[in-house]
Amino acid sequence: MAEPGDIIKLGGVEKRFGAVRALDGVDFVVHSGECVGLVGHNGAGKSTLMHILAGTGTPDAGAIEILGTAQTDYSVIRARQLGIRCVFQELSLSPNLTVAENTRVSHASLRGIGWRRRAGALIKTKLDEIFPRHGIEPGDIVGDLPIGRRQMVEVARAFTVTDEPLRLVVLDEPTSSLDARTAGQLLQFVRGAVANGLSCILISHLLGEILSASNRIVVMRDGKVVATDATSAFDRDRLVATMGGTVRKPRQAAGEGERARAEKPVCVRARPQGQADGRELRAHEGEIIGLAGLAGHGQTRLLLDIFESAERRRPGVEVSGPVALVAGDRQTDGIFPLWSISDNIAITSLRLLQRGGLIDAAKESSLAAHWRQRMGIRTPDVRNNILSLSGGNQQKVLFARALGSDARIILMDDPMRGVDVGTKLEVYDLVRQEAAAGRTFVWYTTETEELENCDHVYVFRNGRIVADLDRSEVTEEKVIQSSFAEASA
Amino acid sequence: MTALAEAGRFPARSQNVARALRAVLPALSLILVLLGIAWLNPRAISYLGFNLMLNLAIPIALATLAQMFVITVNELDLSIGPFVSFVGCVTATMLRDSPLLGVGVLLVCIAIYAGLGALIHLRRLPSIVVTLGMSFVWQGAAILLLPKPGGRPPDWLLALMGWKPPLVPFPIIAAIVIAAVAYFGLMRTSYGAVLRGAGGNEQAIGRAGWSLLKIKVVMFGLAGVFGVLSGLALIGTTTSGDANIGNGYTLLSIAGVILGGGEFVGGRVSPIGAVIGALTLALAASPLLTFMHIPPDWQVGANGAILIVVLAARVLISRREARR
Repeated sequence: MAEPGDIIKLGGVEKRFGAVRALDGVDFVVHSGECVGLVGHNGAGKSTLMHILAGTGTPDAGAIEILGTAQTDYSVIRARQLGIRCVFQELSLSPNLTVAENTRVSHASLRGIGWRRRAGALIKTKLDEIFPRHGIEPGDIVGDLPIGRRQMVEVARAFTVTDEPLRLVVLDEPTSSLDARTAGQLLQFVRGAVANGLSCILISHLLGEILSASNRIVVMRDGKVVATDATSAFDRDRLVATMGGTVRKPRQAAGEGERARAEKPVCVRARPQGQADGRELRAHEGEIIGLAGLAGHGQTRLLLDIFESAERRRPGVEVSGPVALVAGDRQTDGIFPLWSISDNIAITSLRLLQRGGLIDAAKESSLAAHWRQRMGIRTPDVRNNILSLSGGNQQKVLFARALGSDARIILMDDPMRGVDVGTKLEVYDLVRQEAAAGRTFVWYTTETEELENCDHVYVFRNGRIVADLDRSEVTEEKVIQSSFAEASA
Repeated sequence: MTALAEAGRFPARSQNVARALRAVLPALSLILVLLGIAWLNPRAISYLGFNLMLNLAIPIALATLAQMFVITVNELDLSIGPFVSFVGCVTATMLRDSPLLGVGVLLVCIAIYAGLGALIHLRRLPSIVVTLGMSFVWQGAAILLLPKPGGRPPDWLLALMGWKPPLVPFPIIAAIVIAAVAYFGLMRTSYGAVLRGAGGNEQAIGRAGWSLLKIKVVMFGLAGVFGVLSGLALIGTTTSGDANIGNGYTLLSIAGVILGGGEFVGGRVSPIGAVIGALTLALAASPLLTFMHIPPDWQVGANGAILIVVLAARVLISRREARR
């Protein structure tokens, strides 16, 4: 069954999104009959690389060679003809179709009389093979299935074969919605399939899964492959160290921070929904609290819970004063694109700017002028449209909006995404000044370096707090260690 | 993670109830309207009565299906009414005087519809804007072609629409045939699954190697075909053309799709439901109101009130479904 040589060989692949280099000269090989484990922190470039393999993304530079042939016009259709399938992290099923119909969508040859029956039998057989006792019927509408079963359907569908060959299956976080039992079934199936000559790329934040299912591990960081070795040469600690890079020294003696902490009143107390143990987030007055962990593991949810609790009481969340939120996705959640810079700053402070039910224009412009100077917003006139500013300066406006209000607690939802270094440093300074003046910050960030500004860090995994690190204990290694759990966790 | 798996063993029972309600609602509302008519005027429930009450339902059903194809791929067609008017004008003039030219013009109309699908997909334009613009184009063309009501459709069309088969009135047979064709084409064929899938998750269909451009072109092309059929059926029934004759169809067709169990987004549509929805609206629109002795001046307003009531019932059911 096994074909000799390499299935895939990528040479010097580069991909940019605007100013961000998602892939920076990646060389990557998959031999036939092996399972490659691909690991790396957020934004390391894993998913971008997979999109290029699947034909859904085209590289800006570099060569793709498949089965020894250079591909010039590589596309989704070409990838499928060559036997490459992808299970993407975000599910690729149509929720309005049945399981059988979704199977048909990925097989052009399932047509003519009886296609529905054949598609149903195909997916049912594969589901039975991978996930015995799965409880899914081909006639079930996908939108009705719980997320875990949808993922089972999607994974099983990738392994079904009709007229096109199957040589390589890319699994991007295939177990993220599976429970321990079905995840185990999947990994066992993958090991069996690989032993029979199939190739696999496995991406997972559960290092235990990678270590148990792969033959070889490739570690990515900042759009580059930083290590490639046989799985047997890695253990958990070496993996974490390779992913995280340098280990930083603690900056403050332990204990000192704890003592200072206890003296200040608590401003925010919040427990994530579904937190089983007694852990909760606590923020004292004047503290900068960091929320860390992989993207989308419940940090934003908790910020929104805290934000909403200021208006309406929510179970498990307490706040002591007015709250403002700095949105991360400024295009959709942050700016009012048709408004001027000063209107964008003033919107949360309207109550303070009122006079006789109307907005006092003089007060508004003095507020805007003050924050323009304080934040260093680079504009000739605050009455210009907000879109006349660069992305970094738009983000400053959002900070000015929050800091200019009467809020004592400022929530930040990864606001520095895609902001240039200069702006970042200016904002860090300002955050520290404001914290010293008694404001409290809760700061979700996907960039581990930013955690250096925090007094205390909570690491999230699967919607829960899994680690509670004091300033002195915060190191990149420790954060990664906690974000990547054991498979058994 | 275990909690996730346990959270949903099976779709909740209430959800199944809601789904059943959604499937039954179109038929239920049709029966209600029929009961109302039977109570007000028992003589209407007869071969002749149905023929009279439902003859205008056929063009509405065809226009509703045209709208349904567009809604399947998460778009909206605001030009279907004026388009039906324009087709009606072509039918009442060219199709009789110079059949070849008439057929040619109708084919070009369908091609324009398909082209709109391509334009909307390629330029990522909002279909509401594009079709709203096109509605003025069709309206203008219709007025140019037939400034004053008049004209006459070809005799074969008059003969077809005036056919009186034994036992079952023609409009009922036509509705069943139309619903069956659309159901089979969209719900049972293998390409139909791909077309609906594009409404549910466009990206997934693209990643499976299907051309989204082709899908949009096919769906808008089908809308054009059914719009032409609607115009033909309308003029075959009314026997003369008018540049404003189909204008109300835009709203009726959208309401018919939604009443029939469809959703504006997500590729969830039902051809059979849509046809039943169209019949219901056609009956509620005029015969029911006439039998209730509502003067014609008030009928349009009463029509709107009925639409609001029926669609509100639909929204309540959908909301119940969403709250599983």
